[in-house]
Amino acid sequence: MATQAHGMGHAVKRKEDARFIRGKGTYIDDIKLPGMLYLDIVRSPYAHARIKAIHSEKAVAIPGVLAVITGKDLDKYGLAWMPTLMSDRQMVLPIDTVLYQSQEVAAVLATERYIAADGVAAVEVEYEPLPVVVDPRKALEPGAPILRQDREHKSNHIWHWEVGDKAAADTAFREAAVKVKQDIYIPRIHVSSIETCGCIARWEPVEGKLTLWMTTQAPHAIRTVVALVAGHLGLAEHKIRVIAPDIGGGFGGKVPVYPGYVLAVAASVLTGKPVKWIEDRMENMQADSFARDYHITAELAAQKDGTLTALRVKTIADHGAFDAAANPSKFPAGLFSICTGSYDFKSAFAEVDGVYTNKPPGGIAYRCSFRVTEASYMIERMADIVAHELGMDPAEFRLKNFIPPEAFPYQSPLGWTYDSGNYQAALRKAMEKIGYADLRREQAEKRKRGELMGIGISSFTEIVGAGPSHTFDILGLKMFDSAEIRIHPTGKVVARFGTKSQGQGHETTYAQIIAHELGIPEDDIVVEEGDTDTAPYGLGTYASRSTPVAGAAGAMAARKIRDKARKIAAHLLEAHEDDLAWERGKFYVKGSPDRAKTIQEIAFAAYTNHPQGLEAGLEAVSYYDPPNLTFPFGSYICVVDIDNGTGEVKIRRFVAVDDCGNIINPMIVEGQIHGGLTMGLAPALYEEITYDEDGNIRGGSFMDYLLPTAVETPRWETDKTTTPSPHHPLGAKGVGESATVGAPAAIANAVIDALWHLGVRHLDIPITPWKVWKVLRERGVTE
Amino acid sequence: MIPAPFTYHRPKTLGAALRLLQTLGSVARVLAGGQSLLPMMKLRLAAPAHLIDIGRIAALRRIRAGGGRLRIGALATHSMIESVPAVRRWVPVLAETASTIGDLQVRNLGTMGGAAVHADPAADYPATLLALDAEFVLQGPDGARIVPASEFFQGLMATALRPDELLIEISLPTAQRVGAAYMKMPNPASGFALAGVAASVALDGDGRCRHVRVGITGVASAAYRARHVEQALLGQEPTDEVLAAASAAAADGVDASADLHASAEYRRHLARVLTRRALAAARDRRRSGKQGLPSS
Ligand SMILES: Cc1cc2nc3c(=O)[nH]c(=O)nc-3n(C[C@H](O)[C@H](O)[C@H](O)COP(=O)(O)OP(=O)(O)OC[C@H]3O[C@@H](n4cnc5c(N)ncnc54)[C@H](O)[C@@H]3O)c2cc1C
Repeated sequence: MATQAHGMGHAVKRKEDARFIRGKGTYIDDIKLPGMLYLDIVRSPYAHARIKAIHSEKAVAIPGVLAVITGKDLDKYGLAWMPTLMSDRQMVLPIDTVLYQSQEVAAVLATERYIAADGVAAVEVEYEPLPVVVDPRKALEPGAPILRQDREHKSNHIWHWEVGDKAAADTAFREAAVKVKQDIYIPRIHVSSIETCGCIARWEPVEGKLTLWMTTQAPHAIRTVVALVAGHLGLAEHKIRVIAPDIGGGFGGKVPVYPGYVLAVAASVLTGKPVKWIEDRMENMQADSFARDYHITAELAAQKDGTLTALRVKTIADHGAFDAAANPSKFPAGLFSICTGSYDFKSAFAEVDGVYTNKPPGGIAYRCSFRVTEASYMIERMADIVAHELGMDPAEFRLKNFIPPEAFPYQSPLGWTYDSGNYQAALRKAMEKIGYADLRREQAEKRKRGELMGIGISSFTEIVGAGPSHTFDILGLKMFDSAEIRIHPTGKVVARFGTKSQGQGHETTYAQIIAHELGIPEDDIVVEEGDTDTAPYGLGTYASRSTPVAGAAGAMAARKIRDKARKIAAHLLEAHEDDLAWERGKFYVKGSPDRAKTIQEIAFAAYTNHPQGLEAGLEAVSYYDPPNLTFPFGSYICVVDIDNGTGEVKIRRFVAVDDCGNIINPMIVEGQIHGGLTMGLAPALYEEITYDEDGNIRGGSFMDYLLPTAVETPRWETDKTTTPSPHHPLGAKGVGESATVGAPAAIANAVIDALWHLGVRHLDIPITPWKVWKVLRERGVTE
Repeated sequence: MIPAPFTYHRPKTLGAALRLLQTLGSVARVLAGGQSLLPMMKLRLAAPAHLIDIGRIAALRRIRAGGGRLRIGALATHSMIESVPAVRRWVPVLAETASTIGDLQVRNLGTMGGAAVHADPAADYPATLLALDAEFVLQGPDGARIVPASEFFQGLMATALRPDELLIEISLPTAQRVGAAYMKMPNPASGFALAGVAASVALDGDGRCRHVRVGITGVASAAYRARHVEQALLGQEPTDEVLAAASAAAADGVDASADLHASAEYRRHLARVLTRRALAAARDRRRSGKQGLPSS
């Protein structure tokens, strides 16, 4: 079959699917090394307790159990604690106190996976339970037990962060004709990627080299962290190789370093053998980094005609026992300051306080660019509340308050420069597609008959592609990203990137970018990521940054190659460089298109007949430092019917109009949006992890944590508008997370819209049938 | 999620299985589809020293109709119940019930016998088996005995089965022309019933209820028959109003359970709503002769 270069805008089939569909992917647990040992972890049944003793005799007596490792053992090597990405520190194993249920207490090393589990069951730990704090507001009260005794600052308060002009916002509120205030809780949820976390650590004592196969979204950063944390044990960065093989979903949950990784490395160094550690599903849900858990109090000020004037937000962020979020260093609350959303506020002020509780650590960016979901959900809920209070149609209200298209680049009151947008166009398109006016008429008729139907809108603005080096770093590492393209003599390409796909389809989209820029068929391009020994340094894949940053690097590297190719073509065509024109895939002499050299011919010449004075070869590297973030947006409209007998919410229709700038592969974009919408549906109607007052987890397995599947998922109707990013080399924006960010508010708004006339102003997500039924019963409208 | 060590046995005949059960005693567990037992073992909530896998005993997988009864071998899977023509013809509501269980993988492996013996308080079949007056054939070292559904389900994961017995067959009467329906509010995570109601109705020549059964699962620690509802309807014409009034008693005198997903009050409410809806559907099906079969 003749292959051709498709480039941007084509639904090229995913190159990676050939192996995924045939079950030929290689995930961590597929890798087996000779002599490999297995590590399993003893976990705490208590949310807060002093460890009085750990008895490992019975475990060690099991044939095949080699060792039981405790915090005291690690402490001898300075490894009982590790730094988090947020300048906090986290226990690898506790020396004397556990701070949350399911926390790692000891590790068992054995010759077989099953024996390791028997060993875990045989370890006996004596605990003395301590008072538990699960509510972050109680954690801040005077007299609350201080959880982090290791800190100098004896308080459960971690940090305070604020942004905006408080005085201006306060003035606007004093003068406002309309004020609305609402407490909004965004519950703790878990990314629940299909593949849990795990690693294989192989320490080769003779060479002094560590190879770490690991489920990580950021392999290069991990390598540097390992070198910095374990340098004193003789691990040096040139002898550390991190390999992220195929990954079964990351969603932010595979950015942090978990104790299991450190334990596997320590155990391998200790024994000189490869050590594998793979979490099971419940460990993954109960101990790995959670997401959200924001207690928000939001206020909006508006004029009588519905014009928004000011926003004030105060938030308590429950971080669990350690601040193990994975935000850029200067942003303890992530990019929550995108919370003015799609609206043109004159003033705004936001503040967030981080708090410790007896819960697992985290605060990761679950499929969103650092707390953007929290921000977007809040502002979209609030917009609906104000609209309803004013008796305005929520769509009309939004159209009135949107930042107008001519205002871009738009300076937000909380400090961002939105690159481009046309919010009116996206909302109007969604309204048209769903038949908004007819739906409102139907709703009015149904209401007369006592039937409950609601229409919810969410017109979100995202902020993705971290980020410009003047503002963005993680542990000091600037958040650029990289691409390296090598063209072989026969015109075939190997391209390597600093990111790491976890299902996003990089092998295809990056190939399309290169095909677009160089005219080389996608089939002739192999994309590799995830091996720190081969790929250029980059900060990894999360926060929808791969296309905005590494994708841009790919385009820039390709353009460098094109520049050199022009010189070679000039040499081959015996023409002056300036007399050559580029048409996808070849240079030709202006005015005589027959005198042309294809990129393949040029590549061959680069190794066989390169001009004197020019280096041989055809390759380039680019480290791309984006000048700004990109601001994808969209408008979603959801229609729900509520069963007033059972309280069930049924999504009848859901229309999603997304704008992510210029699209590389429309099929992959659609897939990303479908997945994202489902992950937005999840917290809206189903998912939540709660704790009882003793800190026992509720919802810590798939029996109770309601992860929606295809069965619960409605039919998504997608569409798009295209507003290119003015600063991205391809005009593209990120898209992987838009739908996760935008969907929850559309669904919640639809449910409240169905109930507003009954006096319901807000319900916290997840909006379960039980919750709806309670409200219906209070209002006396149940069957 | 790794089970404690155990010894695995796979007898080929019923006799061999019964002998093993007797010799090994209480440290042994029978393994059918494994969809309840294996998860418990993986969580180490169960740690039997021996597993007796009855999966190769072909005789236990048979489904036969005759003599006014449909006899379903204990090893018939949920998928079989959903799709086998004899079940769909004689007891369509059982096929309907099976189709709501878990997911396809669970239905392909899990067995009706296993589900009945496991007697999870939120399992689906018990409601329907109660509503259909099912009988359970239990085989022990001294032969077989027959226990009616209303005596088989005894409490939280407790049944009339003795430790040395195997459930070999569940049989259902097919003579009476009933309309029946199963209505369920699933726990969206597991598919188990927050509340599930099976109703079966036979009408006399005047269109009055000649026979009514209502089986309810998910609401209490064990599935039960809503006898107040049944009695209130006998001899009545099942109008919407009559059904609604009778259904109000669906959870009377029941100690309803509460958990993360539903309070006792909500469960009782669901029992009433679903009872009314299941009875109405059963009535309509009896009247129209059209049963609510799952797509096969
Ligand atoms: C993800 C998931 C979702 C599920 N959802 C639902 C649902 O929506 N509704 C529902 O009702 N159920 C549900 N189930 C449970 C499912 O129906 C099980 O198949 C059923 O409970 C057990 O049947 P089994 O053949 O797998 O039995 P096993 O797990 O093999 O055994 C269960 C118990 O019965 C005993 N046993 C089995 N067969 C016999 C026999 N013939 N004689 C004596 N003892 C026997 C075993 O010793 C064991 O104690 C779900 C299960 C899973 C894993």
